[in-house]
Amino acid sequence: MTRTIRRWGPPFLLLAPSMVLIAVFVYGLIFVNFRTSMTDSHTAPQATGQAPVNFVGLDNYVTLLGSEAFQHSLKNLLLYTVVFLVGTMVLGFLWAWLLDKPLRGEGIFRSIYLFPMAVSFVASGVVWRWLLNSNEGENASGLNRPFQIIGLDFLQNPWWNNVTWGIIAIALPAIWQLSGYVMALFLAGFRGIPEELREAGRMDGASEWKLYRHVLFPQLSPVVLSALVIIGHMSLKSFDLIMSISKPANYQTKVPAIDMYVYKSSFDYANSAAVGAILLIIVAVVIVPYLIHNARAGRR
Amino acid sequence: MTSTSATLPVPPVSAGSKPGPLATRKPRGGFTVGRTVRYALLLLFLLIVLIPVYVLFITSFKGAGDASPSRAWSLPTTWTTENWVAAWDALAPSIWRTVQMVVPASVIAAVLGSMNGFVLSRWSFRGANLIFTLILFGMFIPYQAVMIPLLELMLGAGIPSGIPSLIILHVVYGIPITTLIFRNYYESVPGEIIEAARVDGAGMLRTYFSVILPISAPGFVVVLIWQFTSAWNDFLFAVFFSSSANGPVTLALNNLANGALLQNYGVSMAGALFASLPTLVVYIILGKYFIGGLMSGSVKG
Repeated sequence: MTRTIRRWGPPFLLLAPSMVLIAVFVYGLIFVNFRTSMTDSHTAPQATGQAPVNFVGLDNYVTLLGSEAFQHSLKNLLLYTVVFLVGTMVLGFLWAWLLDKPLRGEGIFRSIYLFPMAVSFVASGVVWRWLLNSNEGENASGLNRPFQIIGLDFLQNPWWNNVTWGIIAIALPAIWQLSGYVMALFLAGFRGIPEELREAGRMDGASEWKLYRHVLFPQLSPVVLSALVIIGHMSLKSFDLIMSISKPANYQTKVPAIDMYVYKSSFDYANSAAVGAILLIIVAVVIVPYLIHNARAGRR
Repeated sequence: MTSTSATLPVPPVSAGSKPGPLATRKPRGGFTVGRTVRYALLLLFLLIVLIPVYVLFITSFKGAGDASPSRAWSLPTTWTTENWVAAWDALAPSIWRTVQMVVPASVIAAVLGSMNGFVLSRWSFRGANLIFTLILFGMFIPYQAVMIPLLELMLGAGIPSGIPSLIILHVVYGIPITTLIFRNYYESVPGEIIEAARVDGAGMLRTYFSVILPISAPGFVVVLIWQFTSAWNDFLFAVFFSSSANGPVTLALNNLANGALLQNYGVSMAGALFASLPTLVVYIILGKYFIGGLMSGSVKG
């Protein structure tokens, strides 16, 4: 008995505070959230406990997923995620590749490409809302103005005010902020490849391109996986940028995270919780296999 | 930061003195066509990345005389600091509140992460991996999925909205990332140090407090920077758990930029710079550690 305490007591003592907090604030609340999402708590009196709340099963989910407005949110989320992922991966990879071989001033390039990451989405949103101003022609002020000046008038567009494609405009600042991060991931990946591997390739007479194509790129797949998971799950949670550039009420740029906020603001807690739960399920489908994969790799 | 979490196969900082993950190598050779093309491309991208910075600067110094859209991209006709004064007046109280929020939020989360990281990296008991993975999952969940019950919990517990609530939330939801970074860090501590302590008869707690904590400074720097940046830049929790009267600077900035009927871009851009200054200064001075934090978002140790 005392031996067990002596053996398990100390590590348990150190872990206990965090385990309790995570158990309550993550797993406990997820459970309660699922329960709320299966009730008819759609009004303020119900939210504050002054009116009775009834269990309605999956009704809220059925209604949500069947509504055109929520489908629009999901479509926006998909578009945004695809553009955000492709943009950051392509730019991040290109920058890392350009910087991989020794180069004077590398530190400066790296720091400047990465700096937007230190800025909040709200602060960059202030500037990007100006840049993505939808006025064209005489009244153009944002990016549409230089497009005119350099003779690329056809590039002028209403940006996030387009109902179908508007959400893509919001992905531009997101790409601006996170490409440097993906670059840092790739650069660390390139630098983690042993120099001998490059030398061996060169000895075999491989050209620079072939060296990258057949020797270095295949080594990067764990980096690509990490980058995709990180950027992907950030994208699914996107909220700040849309709030600061557009408005929560704007149909053209709404995504589930925004819907969740709008429902909460009108005290429709059941639907708000249901949207949160749907987001959680989407994220979990990506993250849980990734975490299991990592736990297995860690054990080896 | 971007209320963000991150990840990768390179340990953030190591207790040994290995070169950083992005250590620069010296260039060899002179002028070549390939290198010129690379420079040209890099410079082009540099200019594109800096466009928002240019816009922010010129707009924040412009007065009413530069309101015409045709002057949007030109330098100010007269440079004025009135936007800066107005922005400071609007944001100063919230900046002070944010400081009061991020300091305890960072320190407490770092201490908890250090304790967890030590146990999970050094005491391999059955289920250690499972506990670690369960903690880590908390870093990836969309907070929207806990927000409604979280509101009820904080209200029910009687915790005042504003800074007190936000400190608790940043501590709790900061635990996964701080645990991850410290676990990676402690895995690079040579086993002999701990073995020596055990031979001397030190138990786990003694080992932690008298051997491990004193050599944890580099780990703490990375974790504190990370927590500081993400708590400072957080907007989601701020929207749900505070108001403009008691909230952090991101909320005040958003109200400044979106609240008024007539948008004053000059003031809001000066405000955006004020709100970003602390994290930018940290990035410029401690950039090396900042990148270390980013890298350790990587799950693997």
